[in-house]
Amino acid sequence: MPEKPIQGEKRVFMTGNEVVAWAAAAAEADIMYGYPITPQNEIMHYWTRMLPKYGRRFLQTEDELSAGFTTAGGVLAGRRAFTATAGPGNTLMQEPLSMAEAMRLPVVVIVQQRGGPSTATVIYSQQEVTLTTLGGNGEGLRVVYSTATHQELFDYTIKSFNTAWKYRFPTFVLGDGYQAKMRESLTMYDPASRGITMVPTEPYVGMAGMPGVDREPTHLRNTYNVEEELFEVLENYLADYAKAAPEIAEYDAFDTDDAELVVISHGVVSRACKAAVKELREEGYKVGYFRPITLRPLPADQLRDVAGKAKQLLVVESANGQLDRLIKEVIYGNTTEMLSLFKPGVGITTEEVVARVKEIKG
Amino acid sequence: MSVQPAMPKCWRVESKPHKFCPGCGHGLVLKALGQAIDELGIQDKVVFGCDIGCSLLSWDFFNVDTVQTHHGRTTPVITGIKRANSEVTGIAYMGDGGGYAIGAQHLVSAATRNERITAILVNNTQYGMTGGQMAPTTLPGQKTETSPYGRDVNTAGYPTQGPEMVAAITQEGAYVARGTVANVKQLKGFIKKALENQMAGNGFSFVEVLSTCPTNWRTNAEDTWKFVEQEMTKYFKVGEIKVPGPREKEGQ
Repeated sequence: MPEKPIQGEKRVFMTGNEVVAWAAAAAEADIMYGYPITPQNEIMHYWTRMLPKYGRRFLQTEDELSAGFTTAGGVLAGRRAFTATAGPGNTLMQEPLSMAEAMRLPVVVIVQQRGGPSTATVIYSQQEVTLTTLGGNGEGLRVVYSTATHQELFDYTIKSFNTAWKYRFPTFVLGDGYQAKMRESLTMYDPASRGITMVPTEPYVGMAGMPGVDREPTHLRNTYNVEEELFEVLENYLADYAKAAPEIAEYDAFDTDDAELVVISHGVVSRACKAAVKELREEGYKVGYFRPITLRPLPADQLRDVAGKAKQLLVVESANGQLDRLIKEVIYGNTTEMLSLFKPGVGITTEEVVARVKEIKG
Repeated sequence: MSVQPAMPKCWRVESKPHKFCPGCGHGLVLKALGQAIDELGIQDKVVFGCDIGCSLLSWDFFNVDTVQTHHGRTTPVITGIKRANSEVTGIAYMGDGGGYAIGAQHLVSAATRNERITAILVNNTQYGMTGGQMAPTTLPGQKTETSPYGRDVNTAGYPTQGPEMVAAITQEGAYVARGTVANVKQLKGFIKKALENQMAGNGFSFVEVLSTCPTNWRTNAEDTWKFVEQEMTKYFKVGEIKVPGPREKEGQ
């Protein structure tokens, strides 16, 4: 029996990609299928170095279509399987993830966002929000965690496997190029040492027994003959998703109760926003901070509550309104003024957020 | 009293009669596959993957675990399953479009990696389910919906010689053959050897099957068999193309 990757707790200083590889190992992930694309490459670099020590597996595929479909195959075989990608790779991966959505396959994908559209930059952006939350030719029945720190990359990579296998929807950890490449301190831990039990996996195909004799054969498909047949399947899926959404949704917020203006952001941008809100509060501005941790499903009730209390919402993101659109959808009907600070493909500093709020408030 | 020909034991009776058009070759290919599975006694080990296109209609054909995938993506799904559970016998079942057009990179890569899976590709020289468009395997001069004046090799190129390509890019341990629905007994032998090759852990196994499509060929019964037996075989040679063993060294 190979040793556990992490015994108890361990304080470390490492890059985000390294953190993801360690987290997947700690989460008892069995196999990674992947195709190189910057800035997620080091996830597979570190994973492949760990393989022999912890008895894990890896397949480097011919492209992201294959990486997504082989990951689906790994899940079908009952393994805790995952992949990682970015940018154009994320675009290609929407095809296999549509199948995962159709078959309710608990595929886990780490996305380290880079600039877009197309090849754009290999560095950073928050421009893969729309694609990751709603990509594919379906209804976006998937879970997307947006991380802000290396600690969260570790925590939510572990959590993503449990969410995926508990609810059976494809689950994403949405990081970015900054998180992928920078070093930061965090505490790594064995999930069991914190009372986290990994949700057991089970095979969809290749179980014991003679199919058709001892048990029914598995006959999985994503094709339906008539509209009504598909409608019935989707009705059930949508009901499952609606039931799970409030259980899955997560957020972080402070100073929203008496705030006239609430700054909304996600991912690493929320770190700049958090500092900005604290600074502005000290200067007497009635501002609040709200950050959805799950972008799909969004914490809809909490967002409506915040929008109902504040006079203004300032959405800050390194994209041209991808988070903004998702928020407007869930607070539809609210007359709170929507303001923005959008910098597609570029990082955002505390100073810029402070300046934007002061510009609004005069 | 009429005596019905025996179905393979692993066929799923509840899904018969099957969903393919009358005269379609898929039923014969799946009969040969079913017989091979029966003779090898691997019904409880097989994971069968089918593509989009006519092959998807086999999604509930057998009493074996089955996953119906996307167009061209059956090979990576079965690869992913086999990599995660080497105990299963993985079969990727596809058409000529799924293997030679949209999924060509997966076929090439699975072959070069010598994946321990069995791919069965049904070649009917056109895209059946989408209404008879030109395929990579459409014969020179053959009329389809997107080559209404006949395939012009100057603009559309020549038909893909799939097994010959797979034989060229695979290393020792691979098994490659081309069978035909006009000779189901021989076809069963090829498929059986392809499955045995996987079970022995030798390497990638690939069988192309010349098959019929009287719907889009617009042929009657007699002309359908003439086309598959006489026209297709002029271009696509039936037989074993590669059997496991070390490559012959130069000069030997």
